[in-house]
Amino acid sequence: MSQHLIAYGARSLWLAVVLGLAAGVSVRIRLLKVDYRIYPTYPAGVVSHIALGFIAAFLASLPVPALDHKEFTAITFLALAAQQFREIRAMERQSLEELEKLLLVPRGGDYIEGIAKVFEARNYLVMMTSLVASAVGYFFGLVPGLLAGVVMMLISVHFGQGHTVGEIADVRPAKLSFDGTLMKIDDIVVMEIGLPEMRQIISERGMAVILVPRNDDARDTLASPGQSQAILHNASTILGVYRDVDTPEFMPLARRDLNSGKVGLYLMPMLRDQEVFREIVARSPVLESSLRRPLATALGRRAKREVDQ
Amino acid sequence: MSNRALTDYILAVVTCRPETVAGSGAPIFIVPDERELRRVALYISKITNAMVHDLENGTFIIVKH
Repeated sequence: MSQHLIAYGARSLWLAVVLGLAAGVSVRIRLLKVDYRIYPTYPAGVVSHIALGFIAAFLASLPVPALDHKEFTAITFLALAAQQFREIRAMERQSLEELEKLLLVPRGGDYIEGIAKVFEARNYLVMMTSLVASAVGYFFGLVPGLLAGVVMMLISVHFGQGHTVGEIADVRPAKLSFDGTLMKIDDIVVMEIGLPEMRQIISERGMAVILVPRNDDARDTLASPGQSQAILHNASTILGVYRDVDTPEFMPLARRDLNSGKVGLYLMPMLRDQEVFREIVARSPVLESSLRRPLATALGRRAKREVDQ
Repeated sequence: MSNRALTDYILAVVTCRPETVAGSGAPIFIVPDERELRRVALYISKITNAMVHDLENGTFIIVKH
């Protein structure tokens, strides 16, 4: 098959494959940069994902030139690839769930599912980029192929990034205080701490922010405990956790003000920097599985209108 | 860590006012005063990796969350 493909003049198989590969692998590397914060297992994790990206790009560069030569079996490449990449999702989920048991601040189910989904989806983005770049390169030559690759890359990077918490909510610094034995973030009661020594340490080292949702969609999205857990996990990863398995009091927590939908986040960090904490929370991803849009329905808007009046 | 930890359940009750506590299920530790109350509660919480809650009536409960 390959011999007569190569010798086909202007429609060069090599050009198509090299273009497709280059575009696909660059997309994968670009997207790895984005997810460095989300799931940093460097170097082994990074190597395996670049390798998988390479395979995805290679598989997706072949079908168009092959089909042009009426090699219809080529389409089975794509089916095969889709099969493989579904397994990536299961693999990521499994390994994260395994680690979860021994994390001081767990990621939470929503976050794990989100990461697993993202890893699968990124390989499809790579394949799409390669497919388009190789097809355009094959039929129209090097320069249009390169252009198509760049355009697809921009589209992929756009899809590779979701929303951030800062886009849907105001992140404000908040005051951590005690009302007797009850710990409070501004006026939200978080939990009851029995031992005065622990209350003392929390007063000295604890930090809190409050998330004020910008609208009803944001309010319901932030209500998801999985979303708060993901934010707290991110923050503890970056600021460190002042905690061990025998101090459940220092477990980061999120509590919701039922009247307003505001969410208070409490954290015991190693590095106590309020501004950085605020920034981390604002930049945390909004999880796909937590996202709610009540305002997208007519009934949701009606409820809001009628209650507001 | 074992997955069979007894969570969201009162593991122990420590009190210096035994007349306010009754029933069974969790062991009840009766101590003479507030100082001893805090000390015993802290020990049990460290041993069980659980959290101390103050009912603010001379009784602490130990709960694993």
